[in-house]
Amino acid sequence: MTIILAIARRELSTYFSSPIAYVIMSAFLVFTGLLFIDSLSGAFREASLRGFLAGETFGGLLGESINAAFVLLLLGPVLTMRLLAEESKLGTLELLLTAPVRDTEVVLGKFLSALVTMAILLVLTLYYPILLWAFASPDTGPILSGYLGLALLGAFFLSVGLFASSLSNSQIVSAVVGLVILLMFWFIDEAADFFSGLPEDILEFVSPRAHFTDFARGIIATETIIYLLALTAIFVFLTIRSLETRRWR
Amino acid sequence: MIEVEHLTKYFGDFIAIEDVSFDVQPGEIVGFLGPNAAGKTTTMRIITGFMPPSEGTVRVAGYDILRNSLEARREIGYLPETVPLYTDMTVRQYLGFMGSLRGMSDAAKKQRTGYVIERMRLEDYADTFIGRLSKGFRQRVGIAQAILHDPKVLVLDEPTIGIDPVQVVETRELIKSLGREHTVVLSTHILPEVSMICERVVVINEGRIVAVDKPENLSVRLRGSEQVKLEVRGPERDVANRLRQVEGVRQVNRQRVDGNIYEYTLECDPGSGVRDGLASLIVNQGWGLLGLQSVTMSLEDIFLKLTVRDEEGAPR
Repeated sequence: MTIILAIARRELSTYFSSPIAYVIMSAFLVFTGLLFIDSLSGAFREASLRGFLAGETFGGLLGESINAAFVLLLLGPVLTMRLLAEESKLGTLELLLTAPVRDTEVVLGKFLSALVTMAILLVLTLYYPILLWAFASPDTGPILSGYLGLALLGAFFLSVGLFASSLSNSQIVSAVVGLVILLMFWFIDEAADFFSGLPEDILEFVSPRAHFTDFARGIIATETIIYLLALTAIFVFLTIRSLETRRWR
Repeated sequence: MIEVEHLTKYFGDFIAIEDVSFDVQPGEIVGFLGPNAAGKTTTMRIITGFMPPSEGTVRVAGYDILRNSLEARREIGYLPETVPLYTDMTVRQYLGFMGSLRGMSDAAKKQRTGYVIERMRLEDYADTFIGRLSKGFRQRVGIAQAILHDPKVLVLDEPTIGIDPVQVVETRELIKSLGREHTVVLSTHILPEVSMICERVVVINEGRIVAVDKPENLSVRLRGSEQVKLEVRGPERDVANRLRQVEGVRQVNRQRVDGNIYEYTLECDPGSGVRDGLASLIVNQGWGLLGLQSVTMSLEDIFLKLTVRDEEGAPR
């Protein structure tokens, strides 16, 4: 555990001593700020978090498919792209992997650092609900469940991004690969229209998009939580495996 | 301390090393000598557990590098050829991080970090970002992290490459002194370096070991004969004939230097000690002995002989 923490601490200090974390935070705040404002410009001119969380802006500029989770999806692979790709490019992976450290510890430490960075990111957006609470009495339930959904989805995005980072020496390639995998997951429910019955149900369940809308509406389903946690665990596991096979290449 | 048995490593179809075996005794400094792309780095990466061999085993301090990998890795300090360091950390932060990876307690980390910083004379740069250090200082940081946990085995891949001549001399001295506390394996393609630092040399070429011996033995062993060069003033035919009759001399070649001064190159049986006899013979004959020299083959010669294949396919 101390090793995982040591690795996570090192990664965090790299995030915050370089522009990466700040650039990503700024980008996230700009996008989510737009989403927040968008609901104000909609037909109902209503200050709410529905635009931010669910993309439901009732006629706002941004469509329904764009919400905070989608912005997080776009930024997740950027946040994680350097975690393993850079180490292998600079050769520092050689010292990391020849230290008495398990591959699992390396991966978990890196994943933890990305999770903490994302948590900070989400905490920064709390000023939207704080604004609402200050001036009105919004429905607290969907806001909390929406944030829970964001956190769970964010963890999944980061696990995919970390996996992509283990595949190549290039940060750009890692980011793009991560993004492609995530977009496939996100939009796979579009394909559900071509099927009926069980395949349709499966495709709709696999896509995290609909699940997030549920969270934003205040619906917390146990199977959704289990599904997202399992997906995350699978990609963390794949990352560990990918790091192991890197030794064999 | 290190037992390497029948290591073979393929990269696809390419054979990087083939059937490499050698032992390193505790406290020894062993040099791994070979031209570029001979398989030195591959061998070191396998010893340190960075990559597994395709075939064969490595044991470090009794631990199998694959089966007891963590235990084995705990006994190793490693300096990769490229000296990869985190440039966004200061020297002290970096050493602290490496100490954590090796599971050192806070007290041990503090004490050992202070010690290696002093030992590597990095005091003035302890709080400098590694990215700002020159190559020579990075090399020192690299060695500092390798000895941080006081490992039994030090593996140094080309430790003197890319640093200036003064630093090279310092580094060699340092490695020698490290050899008193650690078992050291280092790789190099610089020939004089092995005779300066190493007690034993493993010569590797095209992925195969071609010789393992002490540097001074390599020359005698590989030549199979000793050469003596003589410069004599006197009737050359007579001189050559009498030289041939000396016990232990196999062959005499001569080359004119000036007037009746000739240089004679004698091939002798190894260890026959012919030089006493040669000197007295020439003096007794009343010839002028201008020069007498035993020719030892330089490491360069041996190296070439070992690694460059004879056109006729003669045994090396």
